[in-house]
Amino acid sequence: MILSPIDNGIVLDHIKPGGGFELYNILKLGELKCQVALILNATSLKMGKKDIIKIAEPIELDLDVIGYIDPGVTVNVVKDGKVVKRTHIEAPELVKGVIKCKNPRCITSTEQELVQMFKLTDREKGVYRCMYCESKAK
Amino acid sequence: MRSLIDILELTTQEIDELIDKANDIIANPAKYSEKCRGKKLATLFFEPSTRTRLSFEAAMYELGGNVLGFSEAQSSSSAKGESVADTIRTVSCYADIIAMRHPKEGAPLVATMKSRVPIINAGDGGHNHPTQTLTDLLTIKRKKGRLNNFTIGFCGDLKFGRTVHSLIGALSRYENIKIILISPDELRVPEYIKEEVLDKKNIEYREVSSLDEVMPELDILYMTRVQKERFFNEADYLRLKDSYILTPEKLFSAKADLSILHPLPRVNEISVAVDDDPRACYFDQVLNGKYVRMALIMKLLGVR
Repeated sequence: MILSPIDNGIVLDHIKPGGGFELYNILKLGELKCQVALILNATSLKMGKKDIIKIAEPIELDLDVIGYIDPGVTVNVVKDGKVVKRTHIEAPELVKGVIKCKNPRCITSTEQELVQMFKLTDREKGVYRCMYCESKAK
Repeated sequence: MRSLIDILELTTQEIDELIDKANDIIANPAKYSEKCRGKKLATLFFEPSTRTRLSFEAAMYELGGNVLGFSEAQSSSSAKGESVADTIRTVSCYADIIAMRHPKEGAPLVATMKSRVPIINAGDGGHNHPTQTLTDLLTIKRKKGRLNNFTIGFCGDLKFGRTVHSLIGALSRYENIKIILISPDELRVPEYIKEEVLDKKNIEYREVSSLDEVMPELDILYMTRVQKERFFNEADYLRLKDSYILTPEKLFSAKADLSILHPLPRVNEISVAVDDDPRACYFDQVLNGKYVRMALIMKLLGVR
C-alpha cells in the first residue's frame, strides 16, 4: 500500500501496533477538517509492525497525552515536504485532564470540577497514580 | 508557607526536631504558654473525631492561641453543597492555620491549592493521617528510646487504616525495621503501599492472617479498628469486625517489653482487661498527640 507523503503537517510515527486508533480518538483527530491518514500495521524495521498517523495540517498536539498513551511515539513536523522537527516522546511526569480517577473515595468523585491529575511514579512500569488519592490509573 | 498533607513531606531530621520539641514541651510546658498568642487555629472536621480535634484545640490553647471551626459537615456550608475549595478560601481569611479532616481522600491537598494559610491534614478518608504518625513516633521514641531496629506488627484493618499507611511510610525511612502485616485477606494493605513504599525501599515485610503465630516476634503491636464508616456494604463490615480481639491471654506469648499501640477509638479489638497491662501505650499516645501537635503548629506558623 502506498500513501503519498504530506507537504505540511505532522506525522506520528512508531506508534505501537494497534495503538493508532486510540491515539486518533483521544487526540480527537476525527474533528479536524484536513486530511488525516491512520495506517495500521505498517512494516517497521525497528518494531516489526507499527501504526502511523499523518495529519495534513500543522496543528498543536498535546505531547503529554501522546506520551501517556504511548511513550515510544516519534512526532515529526513536516514543512515544504521536509521533516523540520523530530521529537521522541517520553512518558510525562504529570498528566492533567486525561485520565479519570476510579476510586469512589477520592475527592474528585464528588468535586467534579477538580482537574484530574496523575503523576508518574514508576517510569519502568509506566505506573501513574492519582495526585489526590494515589490510586493507580486504570 | 508550609503545610503537612503526607508525613513523607517531613524529612527524618524534621521529625526528630518535632519529637525533641514535643519532649521539651512535656518537660517545660510554661515556656510555651504564650508562643501563639494572637494566632487562630481553625479546626474543620467534616467527619467526626474526639481525640484529633480536641488535641489540636487543646494544643492551640496551651500555646496561648485561639480556636474556631466546626466539628461536623452538617454544621457548615458543606451541607449546602459548598466545595472544599470555597470553604478553604473562606476560612483562610479568618484563621492563621487550618487543621482539616475530610472523608474524601485528597481533600486536604485540594485545600492547599486554595489556602492562604498552612493546612494540616487531620485525616483524609482511608488515605493519610500524618499527625497521628507524629504521635505514634513520639510514643515509640519515648517507650523504646529509638526509631530503628525493631519489628512492628500492624493488625486489623490495614486497607482503610490511614494511620497504618502513614506510619508505614514514616518507618520505611529508618534502619532495620521489620514489618508484619496481620489482617484478613479483604483488609490487606493497599497495593500502592506495597509497591511504592515497602518494595521500593526494600523493607522486610510479610503478610499473615494469624496474630498468635507472630506475637512472640513483635517489639511493637499496632492494633487498629475495623472501621464501619469505610464500608459501602454493612454485611462485609459485620463479617470482618471481630477478626482480631486482643486479650490478656493472647499476650502470654508476647515479649515483656512489647509496646501495644492503637490510634483509638477502639470498639472491642482490645479488651479493657489489657488496659492495666504495663505494655499498653494507647492512652500515652493520646497525651503525646497534644504535645506533638503543639510542636507542629509552632513549626508551621514559624514560631520558635
